[in-house]
Amino acid sequence: MSGAKGDPARGRAIVANRQAGLCLLCHSGPFPEERFQGSIAPDLNGIGSRLSEGQIRLRIVDPGRFNPSTIMPAYFRTEGLARVAPSFKEKPILSAQQIEDVVAFLATLK
Amino acid sequence: MQNDDATNPAMLWVLDGEALWGRRTGAADKACADCHQGMQGVAARYPALHSEKLVNLDQRINLCRTEQQKAPALQLESRELLALSAYIGRQSRGLPIDIAESEQAKPFLDSGRAAFNRRQGQLNLSCTQCHVGLAGNKLAGNPIPQAHPTGYPIYRLEWQGLGSLQRRLRNCMIGVRAEPYAYGSPEFVELEYYLMWRARGMKLETPAVRP
Repeated sequence: MSGAKGDPARGRAIVANRQAGLCLLCHSGPFPEERFQGSIAPDLNGIGSRLSEGQIRLRIVDPGRFNPSTIMPAYFRTEGLARVAPSFKEKPILSAQQIEDVVAFLATLK
Repeated sequence: MQNDDATNPAMLWVLDGEALWGRRTGAADKACADCHQGMQGVAARYPALHSEKLVNLDQRINLCRTEQQKAPALQLESRELLALSAYIGRQSRGLPIDIAESEQAKPFLDSGRAAFNRRQGQLNLSCTQCHVGLAGNKLAGNPIPQAHPTGYPIYRLEWQGLGSLQRRLRNCMIGVRAEPYAYGSPEFVELEYYLMWRARGMKLETPAVRP
């Protein structure tokens, strides 16, 4: 998305960060150092064998394409949202490069 | 902790509220106790209509202050107002929530329900997606409750203090990165009203204690 290749190490840090990726609020995964992971969404273990990089990327960018009632936010969407707090207005949850980093990391979870 | 008054930290506010209840104030030099006897069951009926306006218990207390006691309204979320509403609320502990349905109140109920179901914020989530669809699951290790406001004002260990239902609702709105409604705004009172209506029949636990 950004033109640059994703970096799995940076991606792992984003996924585990509860203010950046927010992933572990809902998902669990291979993060032994992270306590209190979520049980709402599928376990991230093995996602790299279940989905291709393209499939993972699309699910982060706009998961509503597959399931309109999904609770997973669209990480690269800034339009059609209501009452967004001023500090987050017009901003996607993650930048294009951050999404590439996350995709590169998740693809390693075989 | 919640059911033992000797260990429930919210009882500190209830005791403050009891003292305020008996204290004369305002230009009218009247105390709440000068007009009111017991307040059993009152908190279980709020929010309610007051001259065609929907008000919650805190706002109703302030109406009494400004109209009867001729005293300035207490700031929403102030220690004094929380103390009074905890003192009044505790007198309904164990009683079923009793929100009356009426034609007149229906627009407020519908509006509150719509807010509960509306996706909002950068994370684009509605209350109902988590608190109905996913209740019982864990969000970052914390069980998601069904959003029944049976114990407000409530002592939350996270707050290290007592807070109103609106304060709790603000937490969720900030969590989904939405701009919270202002304290005392019609949107918040309508949402409160819908939640209390939704919990009708459940027993009030005020003042409850939560993590």
